Parts: sequence; structure tokens; C-alpha cells
Amino acid sequence: MTRPGTEAQPLRVAIVGAGPTGFYATDQLFRQPGLVVDVDMYDRVPTPYGLVRAGVAPDHQKIKSVTAAFDKVAAHPRFRFFGAVELGRHLSVDDLRAHYHMIIYTTGAQTDRRMGIAGEDLQRSHAATEFVAWYNGHPDYRDLTFDLSQERAAVVGVGNVAADVARILSRTPEELAATDIADYALEALSASRIREVHVLGRRGPAQAAFTNPEVRELGELTGADVTARPEEVEPDELTRQVLERAPDRATQKKVEILKDFSRRTPTGKPKRLVMRFLVSPVELLDDGRGGVAGMRLVRNRLYATATGTLQPKATDEFEHLPVGLVFRSVGYRGVPLPGVPFNDDWGVILNEKGRVLDAQSKLPLVGQYTAGWIKRGPTGVIGTNKPDAAETVTGMLEDLARDIHLRPADASPAAVERLVRERQPQYLSYQDWLRLDEIETRRGKETGRPRVKFTRVKDMLAALGRA
Amino acid sequence: MNIASLLAKKGSKVITVQPEQTIRQALGLLADHNIGALVVVDRDSRPVGILSERDIVRSAARDEDVFVKTVSALMTKDVILGVPQDDLESVGRTMTDRHIRHLPVVDQRRLVGIISIGDVVKAQRDLYRGEVETLQIELTEEHGKPAGR
Repeated sequence: MTRPGTEAQPLRVAIVGAGPTGFYATDQLFRQPGLVVDVDMYDRVPTPYGLVRAGVAPDHQKIKSVTAAFDKVAAHPRFRFFGAVELGRHLSVDDLRAHYHMIIYTTGAQTDRRMGIAGEDLQRSHAATEFVAWYNGHPDYRDLTFDLSQERAAVVGVGNVAADVARILSRTPEELAATDIADYALEALSASRIREVHVLGRRGPAQAAFTNPEVRELGELTGADVTARPEEVEPDELTRQVLERAPDRATQKKVEILKDFSRRTPTGKPKRLVMRFLVSPVELLDDGRGGVAGMRLVRNRLYATATGTLQPKATDEFEHLPVGLVFRSVGYRGVPLPGVPFNDDWGVILNEKGRVLDAQSKLPLVGQYTAGWIKRGPTGVIGTNKPDAAETVTGMLEDLARDIHLRPADASPAAVERLVRERQPQYLSYQDWLRLDEIETRRGKETGRPRVKFTRVKDMLAALGRA
Repeated sequence: MNIASLLAKKGSKVITVQPEQTIRQALGLLADHNIGALVVVDRDSRPVGILSERDIVRSAARDEDVFVKTVSALMTKDVILGVPQDDLESVGRTMTDRHIRHLPVVDQRRLVGIISIGDVVKAQRDLYRGEVETLQIELTEEHGKPAGR
């Protein structure tokens, strides 16, 4: 038999996870000169785009326009999408091995890291990711509830997600109404009684992960005055040394923006956004009824590790912060996929440069690959997944050139479709998605919003006339 | 971004050698695994040094008997160790400033990986590429020219 990748015998690739990485990998496969590839992309939710739809904040529509590039990829005649099809539920790894030459897992980092402190599981203490998925209308999270009758909230962490959560909590109903935030979230947030949002970073501004545009945005909210404490944003001696030795404009700018916040006086806006640094929660306090009443914070100071990284060390100074609602955003982890080796140390699929490794031998498993956050952990921005996917695709092409790939029993596209139809008759195709997209956008136009999202699978099916 | 994300896609396989092994054995390991340095560990798998191809070349240039020497005689003892939570940025700076090509990474004194300056440079490059890619998407949108649709 000839090597797959020809008109007569196309290379059949399954991609599990329809987020940005899956599309970047698909695009790179389609761009290989002389290679004929069929790509079938699966996702456990009915709609494509992963975190661009369910993660990127609704008031950041610009970045969502990346989906136009994904739609171009999806328009390729050799591309198919199977939405609402879950690995481990509708299909197994063995099913995929029986129908494809190669499989790429691009399922992202689906869960959050815990803080590991007492009181973490009290009511009104939430993973920021759940709140994000909720306000973005993710079908699995739409029915969660958040007690927005509280007046004070804390967001633990100073990364991009923490900034998103703090901003969404601080936006005015009018600002939110102009976005594609889920309807129920718009309603709940419009009735929110939150007056104060505290954002807590364990290190200083110079070490914070959020980007300068994101920080600046926090200072430009129409409904919230931003503040910071001068003593917490002023770089300490170690930070000053680093900035002098290796001047970095972006970091200097970030410190400047936060110093500016610390000099501002409240202008009477309805809400207050408090940026805190060099503090870590050590305990969430119980209100006596199983809910959060506040948190005990410890002040940190920085020390340098052997490689010069500045890390926080707890002092013996504590403070009490009364808050009734807590969102933790201290990092993310991948979730193991049934039948796929997992690296528990780092919360990723066990892999070497994208080649999935056997758990025992640590040697590559034939035909199985991974890319994106489930490969390297949650780092970088959407675009970072492009070079990451390229590394994986390069490995796939090297293996293909050496004739290393799966030998599927039946590689025909029709066989896959039969199987999926049998296991999940309600799957959605890309055509289905384009119709939903059109309806969502039209509903948005009628109300002056970018789109009004479907958030229940049954509503999507009904709109497609399939309920 | 911390260096755990570099180790995450390296399968956590670290090739080690013990101090009493010979340079001949060490060279075999370097050649077999196509790598540039070995982490020297004691019996409890704790890193006690690093042996690079440069250490061997430097010795071989003036000593015919280099092959039978022990690893402990040639290794660099005051080795800098990283931890998974170290920032990519500061690790890159330290490795460049101190001319370190390989950095063993430990977690609670347990060896969990090794990263090379090449890994660091590639990760930094990918981060910058990703940022450029993302900024381009936003700028394209700003000028009212979204592709497609």
C-alpha cells in the first residue's frame, strides 16, 4: 500500500477539540504542498472555536474576529466538524485508531488549579473559569448561579482571566448590553449589588502576568474607580535591580500604570476596583452558615531564586479582608482524556514536542499527537498556539515521511459518519454551526448586540429544526 | 510564563550519570541520547553537578587519559538549579549572563527535568510570535477588514 497523503489515499486526521489550536493545526496540514489530508474535527460542545467563544471576554470582541480565519479553514472541502461528540462518551481512542492515520488532541486546560487553603470550598468561593464559562453561555455552565447580591468580591490572581473577571464584575449594565454576553448573565450582572472588587496578586506589579492593555483598561472603566496602594506598587529593591540590569519597557510601563492608579482619587463612580499586590489568601472565613464572609491575607515580600526569579515569601503580617464572593484564578490544568497517557506533574498529556508518549516506556505512541494548552500547559495568548501547533505538525510530517502512522481498518470518511451517527445522532456539522451563527448574529442585530448566543443544546437543535 | 511549561512537553526524561562513573561511560550516554550535558546525581537521585561536552573537550585537549577519569573529576560542582515556578524571562537572563547552556530543574530537591538555552530561546520566540499573531488579528479588525464574512 502506498503512503497516505495522496488523492487515492488521503491522510486521515482526527482532531479532538475545536479551539484555536485545532484550527491552527488543521490550517498547517492543509497548507502542506503535495499532501492530501482529510481533517475531521470533534468537540464535546455543539459549537466550534473553544475558548474564543467560551473564554474570551464578551467585551473583547476584536480578538473574537480570529474566528473569521477559522471559518476559512473550515471551508476547505476536506474538512468536517462533528460537534457535541465527546471522546470517552460517544467515541473511544480505539474508535479513532480504527478510522484515522493520525490523531491530535487539542482539548486545552479545562480545569482550574486550587489554592490549597482552608475554606476554599465554602459557598460563594468559585473557580474563575466557571464564572467565565457561565457569562459566555457555555452549555455545561449556564445553569450555575453566582450570588451577586454580595457587595464585596475578591479575585485571586493577576493574570488575564483575573483581569477579565474583575472587569466584567465592574462594567455597567449598558456596557455589558453592547456585548454578546449570555442573556441570563446580562440580567444577573445588571442586578448585581457588587460595589467593590479586590484583585489580589501575590507578587508585585512587575511580576504580574496581565498585559499592559488589560491593566490600562481597568483604569478606564466608566462605572468603577480604580485604586492601588502606593507601598504595594512601588518596586522593591530586588525588582529595581532586575529592571536596572535588564530594562524592559513593557514591565516599566506596567509599574507606571499601577503607580498612576495609586495616585488617583475616587471620582464618585458607583463601583471601586482595588488592585492589591504582595498579598496571598491563607484562609477563607466562614460566615457561620457555610458561606464566605471574608479572607485572611498574609503580606508577602519577594526573594530571588537561584535563577533570579522573584518569588513571594509570607511574612508574619496578616490582614482581614471582608468579601462575600471569591473567584480563584491562580492557574489552570488540563483534564486527562480517557485512554490517553497523562503527565500528572504538569497537568498535560504525556508528550515530547507534541508526540504522545506511552506511560510505561516513555516512547512515542504511533499516530497520536497533542498541541496547545493540553500539550504545554496554559501559557501565552491565542496566537501562541500557532507556533505550538506547527511544532506538532512538523513531527507528524516527519513521522509520515518515515511511514510511521496508524493502519486504520476502515479509513473511509463514510465509515466515520456512520459511526458518529450511530453513537450521537444529534451531532452538529459545520453547516449546522454556520446556520446557528447566522441566527445568533441576526438576533443580535435586532437588539444592537454582536450576537445573542444559544446556550442550551436543545435550543440549538430546535433552531435547526431538529428537536 | 514559567519553565514548567517547557518541561511539560519534554516527557520529563532526564539522562543522569553518577559521580563515580567514567568519562567513557558518560560519553556513551551523550552520544546515545544525542545530548550536550548530563546531570550528575548521587544515590538518592539528588543533583550534585553537571557534566557538559565542553567540560570533557577542555580536559581532553590536555589529557590523553580523559576517558578513564571519573565524572566527579570533571563535572561542574556549583551547579545552578531551577525550580518549575521560575519565570522563563529570568531563567533566560541568568543562563545568558552566566553562559549556562543547561539548567537542571528540581522540585522539592527531586530532579524533574533539564532545560537547555535552546528550549528557552524557542519558548521566548514562540511567545513573541504568538503576540504578533494576536495583535495582527486585532489590528486587522480595527481597520474594518476582517477576513471572510
